[in-house]
Amino acid sequence: MSEAIVEDNEQLQPDEEGFTRRGFVKVAIGGMGVVYAGAIGYPIYRYLETPVEKEASEAAVKAVDLKDADKLPAGSTLMFMFGSKPAMLIHFATGEWVSLSAVCQHLGCILHYQPPAPRIVCACHGGQYDPHTGENVAGPPPRPLRKYIVKVLPGHVTVSKA
Amino acid sequence: MDKIRAYLDERLGLEGLLEFMSHKKVPIHRHSFWYYWGGITLICFIVQILTGILLLVYYRPGQGAYESVRSITYDINFGWLIRSAHNWSASLFLFSAFTHMFSVYFMKAYRAPRELGWWSGMILLALGMLFGFSGYLLPMDDLAASATKVGMAMLDILPKVGPWAADLMRGGVTVGDPTVQRFFALHVVVLPMIFMPLLGFHLWLVQKHGNAVPPSEYDTPVEERKSVPFFPNFMIKDLAMWLIALNVIAMLASLFPFQLGEQADPLKPAPPGIHPEWYFMSAFQVLKIVGKIIPGTPGEVVGMGGFTLGLILWVLIPLYDGKTESGVKARNAHYFGLLALGVLIITTIWGYAAL
Repeated sequence: MSEAIVEDNEQLQPDEEGFTRRGFVKVAIGGMGVVYAGAIGYPIYRYLETPVEKEASEAAVKAVDLKDADKLPAGSTLMFMFGSKPAMLIHFATGEWVSLSAVCQHLGCILHYQPPAPRIVCACHGGQYDPHTGENVAGPPPRPLRKYIVKVLPGHVTVSKA
Repeated sequence: MDKIRAYLDERLGLEGLLEFMSHKKVPIHRHSFWYYWGGITLICFIVQILTGILLLVYYRPGQGAYESVRSITYDINFGWLIRSAHNWSASLFLFSAFTHMFSVYFMKAYRAPRELGWWSGMILLALGMLFGFSGYLLPMDDLAASATKVGMAMLDILPKVGPWAADLMRGGVTVGDPTVQRFFALHVVVLPMIFMPLLGFHLWLVQKHGNAVPPSEYDTPVEERKSVPFFPNFMIKDLAMWLIALNVIAMLASLFPFQLGEQADPLKPAPPGIHPEWYFMSAFQVLKIVGKIIPGTPGEVVGMGGFTLGLILWVLIPLYDGKTESGVKARNAHYFGLLALGVLIITTIWGYAAL
């Protein structure tokens, strides 16, 4: 009995390279804890992240085809989804076609524009954009709206990223 | 680190708690192994809460139920794993709860002053089986709907109140979308709300009275009985058991994932070989056997009546074997326990063999 205790105490002392049994056990248990946390945490993370992943693949679209949008009357706006992001197609009374992102660059409110108003105005915090260029002209928005390339064809309108 | 510890200790009295836990003793004898099963049941319940919350993120009750479970099982990353872990952990929960119950029974741990522990445990087990029954319907595939139909039809057999209660539980005369919706409410809100405070009470009783020693220890004088402190000696082993339970659940869930059948269809015949989950198999088989001897409704009434009578005797055991002695009553209780365990195991195996 007493012999065993003596032996135990010997092994608790660091050896020449500074290792102790206690140190080894600490590292081993810590390592196991990390492995378990990873093995449980990774599937849970991927599980919760699935819709984000799906949306990212949807957002990767380069162009959207809007059927019959060429019949949009002059002086009106069409809201549509560019992948997973809201966007608008504006047909000015002058015949000019413009497509802009409909998400305010300030805090993400959805914008709406009715020609011939001089500005796109965000209802949330009063940010203002130029409806022809998307440029941020007043209020808090830090960046201009993303502008898409519009191609009007018979029977449909194609909106694409630059 | 020491500062944080001192800060928390001053406000929460942690040292006192540790002191208390190290004074708490757990008896050590040749039956000590059975003390772990309550803890194993507890870790399974914790897994159920966590995986259940995760399933709630994508599950939709009502009309979209089947489609949402299909999506969880086959589309969502690792959804199959979470769902299978929930399924397997449910089985392991009930298995360890049964093991815990029988170990308490044979150690005679239901005797005074632990009667309330026995009764709260019986209610917890009944709630656990209701958890199983209500959760089984939620995927709304043909097996789930058929099993629920059968279970509800058994309620229908009861005279007078049966059909009324069954219609109320189903939300109609058939198992359909309203049934899933209310089983869902039962499964994720009502049952947990009753279960958790009762579980707290059950665990508090264990703290209050400590572990019971089995009759085999009665002859050893109290001062000669061996024990270890709950903290850290017993707790470290308890945690090791939890780790083993977690590994078992993970292994079963990843090697034997649950599939999803075809969507429930009211016109489709019951799938061949349909049978209840293993924890209802014994009752199922007993009804089948009695039904062969006494055909028709009388047989079912006799079968269910017999089952209910046995259950009542089982629950009331502390009332007629309540004292710390080894007399005739104690022996009879012991034989009754062996009989119950035997019937349960034999009819379960018989049930699977007869499929």
